[in-house]
Amino acid sequence: MRVPLSWLREYVDLPATETGRDVQAKLISAGLEVETVEQLGAGLTGPLVVGKVLTIEELTEFKKPIRFCTVDVGQANGTGEPQEIICGARNFAAGDKVVVALPGAVLPGDFRIAERKTYGRVSRGMICSGDELGMGDDGTHGIIVLPPELEIGIDATKLLELYDEVLDIAVTPDRGYCLSMRGVARETAIAYGLPLRDPALLDVPAPNSYGYPVRVTDPIGCDRFTARTVVGLQPEARSPIWLRRRLQKAGMRPISLAVDVTNYVMLELGQPLHAYDRSRLDGPVGVRRAEAGEKITTLDGTVRVLDAADLVITDDRGPIGIAGVMGGANTEIADPETDPETGVVTGTSEIVIEAAHFDAISIARTARRHKLASEASKRFERGVDPQAAAAAAQRCVDLLVLLAGGTAEAGVTEISAPSAPRTITMPANHPDKVAGVGYGRETVVRRLQEVGCDVYGQDELVVTVPTWRPDLNEPNDLAEEVIRLEGYENLPSTLPKPPAGRGLTERQRVHRRVGRALAGAGYVEALNYPFIGEQALDNLGLDADDARRRLVKLVNPLSDEEPALRTTLLPGLLGALRRNDSRGSHDLALFETGLVFRPEGQPGVAVRLPVDRRPTDEEIASVNAVLPAQPRRAAVVLAGAREQAGWWGKGRPSDWADAVEAGRTVAAEAGVELIISADQHAPWHPGRCAAFHVEVDGEKVLVGHAGELHPRVVKAFGLPARTCAMEIDLDRLEKANEGPVKAPRISSFPVATQDVALVVAGGVPAAEVEAALTEGAGELLESIRLFDVYTGDQLGEGTKSLAYALKFRAPDRTLTVEEATAARDAAVALASERTGAVLRGA
Amino acid sequence: MSAPNKSYDPVEVEALKPEEIERMRDEALAAFAAAGDLDALAHAKTAHTGGTSPLALANREIGALPPQAKAAAGKLVGQARGIVSKALAARQTELEAERDARVLVEEAVDVTLPYDRVPAGARHPLTTLMERVSDVFVSMGYEVAEGPEVEAEWFNFDALNFVPDHPARQMQDTFFVEGPEGTTGDESGVVLRTHTSPVQARTLIDREPPVYVVCPGRVYRTDELDATHTPVFHQIELLAVDEGLTMADLKGTLDHMVQALFGPDMKTRLRPNFFPFTEPSAEMDMLCYVCRGESVGNPDRPCRTCGSEGWIELGGCGMVNPKVLVACGVDPEKYSGFAFGFGIERMLMFRHNVDDMRNMVEGDVRFTRPFGMEI
Repeated sequence: MRVPLSWLREYVDLPATETGRDVQAKLISAGLEVETVEQLGAGLTGPLVVGKVLTIEELTEFKKPIRFCTVDVGQANGTGEPQEIICGARNFAAGDKVVVALPGAVLPGDFRIAERKTYGRVSRGMICSGDELGMGDDGTHGIIVLPPELEIGIDATKLLELYDEVLDIAVTPDRGYCLSMRGVARETAIAYGLPLRDPALLDVPAPNSYGYPVRVTDPIGCDRFTARTVVGLQPEARSPIWLRRRLQKAGMRPISLAVDVTNYVMLELGQPLHAYDRSRLDGPVGVRRAEAGEKITTLDGTVRVLDAADLVITDDRGPIGIAGVMGGANTEIADPETDPETGVVTGTSEIVIEAAHFDAISIARTARRHKLASEASKRFERGVDPQAAAAAAQRCVDLLVLLAGGTAEAGVTEISAPSAPRTITMPANHPDKVAGVGYGRETVVRRLQEVGCDVYGQDELVVTVPTWRPDLNEPNDLAEEVIRLEGYENLPSTLPKPPAGRGLTERQRVHRRVGRALAGAGYVEALNYPFIGEQALDNLGLDADDARRRLVKLVNPLSDEEPALRTTLLPGLLGALRRNDSRGSHDLALFETGLVFRPEGQPGVAVRLPVDRRPTDEEIASVNAVLPAQPRRAAVVLAGAREQAGWWGKGRPSDWADAVEAGRTVAAEAGVELIISADQHAPWHPGRCAAFHVEVDGEKVLVGHAGELHPRVVKAFGLPARTCAMEIDLDRLEKANEGPVKAPRISSFPVATQDVALVVAGGVPAAEVEAALTEGAGELLESIRLFDVYTGDQLGEGTKSLAYALKFRAPDRTLTVEEATAARDAAVALASERTGAVLRGA
Repeated sequence: MSAPNKSYDPVEVEALKPEEIERMRDEALAAFAAAGDLDALAHAKTAHTGGTSPLALANREIGALPPQAKAAAGKLVGQARGIVSKALAARQTELEAERDARVLVEEAVDVTLPYDRVPAGARHPLTTLMERVSDVFVSMGYEVAEGPEVEAEWFNFDALNFVPDHPARQMQDTFFVEGPEGTTGDESGVVLRTHTSPVQARTLIDREPPVYVVCPGRVYRTDELDATHTPVFHQIELLAVDEGLTMADLKGTLDHMVQALFGPDMKTRLRPNFFPFTEPSAEMDMLCYVCRGESVGNPDRPCRTCGSEGWIELGGCGMVNPKVLVACGVDPEKYSGFAFGFGIERMLMFRHNVDDMRNMVEGDVRFTRPFGMEI
């Protein structure tokens, strides 16, 4: 809502020294979001005067037609001689009154007017358009042609009210009444403690039976309809300058007197109005729901197919307007037309004014359905004062009579559904309890009366809310009114005392630890968008029946290429890897933790539960059941060098083992040991893919994969060669958590170290050999470490040698060589039995 | 001088003459002084203090002397040997020091050599900032609550008093999830949550008051990515429901938060606003932590952080609307509450001078690395 300060002063006697910025501060404090204060006329200085065009000489020797004019500006130029001015515009004629900027004037944009030679003549000033004066759109973009009765030589800056300040207010949905001067003036008056001149306080004649006939068949959708008729309008009457200027300053374009008047009254009182050309109405005006498929051509020239829920205004032919949204073309006010022969102006001379009140939700739905947000629908959606309809119609009538020489017909049609005033009962100290401030009953009552409420009662207040405040329904709404008017800035600052908290949950701590551990291992976190498309899944090489192809899809994705939510973290991370690589960072280790979205079961609909009570556990469960599973995962991707080459020696490329280690790192932070085995699983290299399992209640549960990516995947995503990746499910890891770490018993007796090299078939996993050695070695084994893997000529074809260092130690004595050797032999024996291992060199 | 002794060996006696002993001592001292390094000193040590050195041999002669001569000779030799061994030790120390100094010089390295063998990793500043803010509240006794990102409309809107068709529901551009076959548009009743507020509803449904929780998380709105918008962003939400909570408590809690994050003399300002899930509602500004409001009306000292407004708009807050309490099964006659929510991206932008939101979403390691582990 754009509020010219000069207009606002009409309703509130603000001190003359108050600037727009001052009013802005007051209104912000009262809860109106005044976003800007526009300074109209900034950068504009005169002389700017009214002139009369005396002669026009057409200069034709130039590329475009140019006019050399003489303009009478009276004594404004000091000489009284006609002013010679070159002008490129053509929408004026000799005899017209125009706005002239004389030499010395400065127009907005630091445009200095001076005498200058142009088009072979000397131009001494400029004939101005509205644009050049910063006046806003008047629909013509041409020279301003002023009413002929204006005196020559008078100051045009005052005449056109060029200097003003305009507050631009973003009105929140609860404050529909502030989409009017009346509402903003009310808030301003309260903020300054000044009286308000309410423009809706008008004498309105009582309804009678001889007004224009109206039939409302849907009193729910339309609970009030006022119709007034004005006849004998002069079609040639134009909106006066003050009216046009106010509309322009408020951001609306002047169109014709009748339309300008309805817009003006809407801005003033907040009541949308519609003017019908009575000669184009056919029979009584009706209000009803549309029939599905009915058509109407709206004022914007669009043919619209109506829905059965749309509220329409009708006459005997059918719909003539979409109620509260936009009128129809067939009853539009006619533009005045001048007969070129006789000079007689013809146009609309009889107008029926509609001031009605429509159901907010119905209007909101219709506006949304037809994607047609109008000034009217914006106001009806937010709630219009139903009591303002009669006053608004009267104001319209008055203005038309005044400005267009019309006569108001005595008939006053008013249809209204009975409605009782709304009351709210509230303890007088409720605002005090909400704020934590002792305002006292007197203050509470005074503040509520200021916003327009009637208040009765002592400890228990019975508050009748004003009709323009449909947002006031509950005691807390009233509390807000009191607190905001008393000033949010005056609220004290106190601290509540929460009960002792338990800190983060184990799950939350694990999530933080995982992030820290991966960052500590050199990984950089990337937070990627979770949107994916089929292409990414194809690139990953997923089978047609892969579970990761079951997607949660969006109705309105940002991109049709990525209409669904991720089922794996990898596409996003690989995208970030590629982006970094293309920007010149080639040695990369990235990680992400976040949710993936996995639909379970059949898709369903989450029903809207009631809001007047807590839903039952069953109801909540039924809603939750429709949501996809949303497990939290961690993933890493690697490419380039894991260790860089440098003065210290050679570097090392990242490889599958780094990816697997990242999985171990994550699991260790979750307090879980991974069971690692070979697997073949997209998108990994079939020979370089590890599956991660954990044990939960004795069951092996798959938690993730790691390794080098399949070369086809690398190619499809355009990644560096041998990119590696790991992805692991943190929720499943959490279930396998083994509880707090049990402290090991540390023996201070000497260690006995034994190395063994075992030859096994090439396909035997080291993990199995190690498991057998560990089990076979028994209790004396303190640690086991694989320190070498060897394949080569000295071994048989298809075999490998695994060299382990075994450390033995007893808790209570120094081990003898015989004891350590016996334990080692037992270890080797079990490894031989389980895996066919042979002691190397044996 | 002792009396003559008939049985002494004239040769041996020669070796014990005082001038001989002095000579031996002086030769030893000279040899030590001449030794230029520890090896030479080791040789001199063997030659002058070893088992076959002149002083050792002289010492052995003492046994052959007549008893009355032994004491004097022993004293003479002992003194000489004491001086020699002291000199040796001193020279040894001297030469070792010399050697150490030389070797340590030779072993010097260029400590300015860079070392980026395994470049450092880092956590995303949005993650660490969310943790930082959460920790402020955890230290006050709040707990961290979480909820799903794909959320039922009921939790995202209805339970929070966004009635169907209310204009507020249109204010947020929502991603809707596709429903089963035969449904269209928003009929699935499932959305990507547009704010972290549904976690409020879930928490109130799950827990008995008093409830003090903070809910950090990812949220979604259908904005195109540009320098100041991203369709996927992060919020942190605060909810307290207890007996007798007031707006003053909300204000105090917010003041404490900005002081914990930006310094002890920070404060907040509340301005009336509208949100369906709070009543009364307010917009919350914090004092500009850079200029502390001193840039206002002071064109000589403009402030980029707050645009010389003196205040930075942080988020929305208010007293939990009693309708929300009812929908979540909390008795509004007994309990009241307050809530507050704000965007982490915005705070990261003004707290760390991030000029383009795209930096936060592209995952460029050059952006993220400097933020390290904590923020």
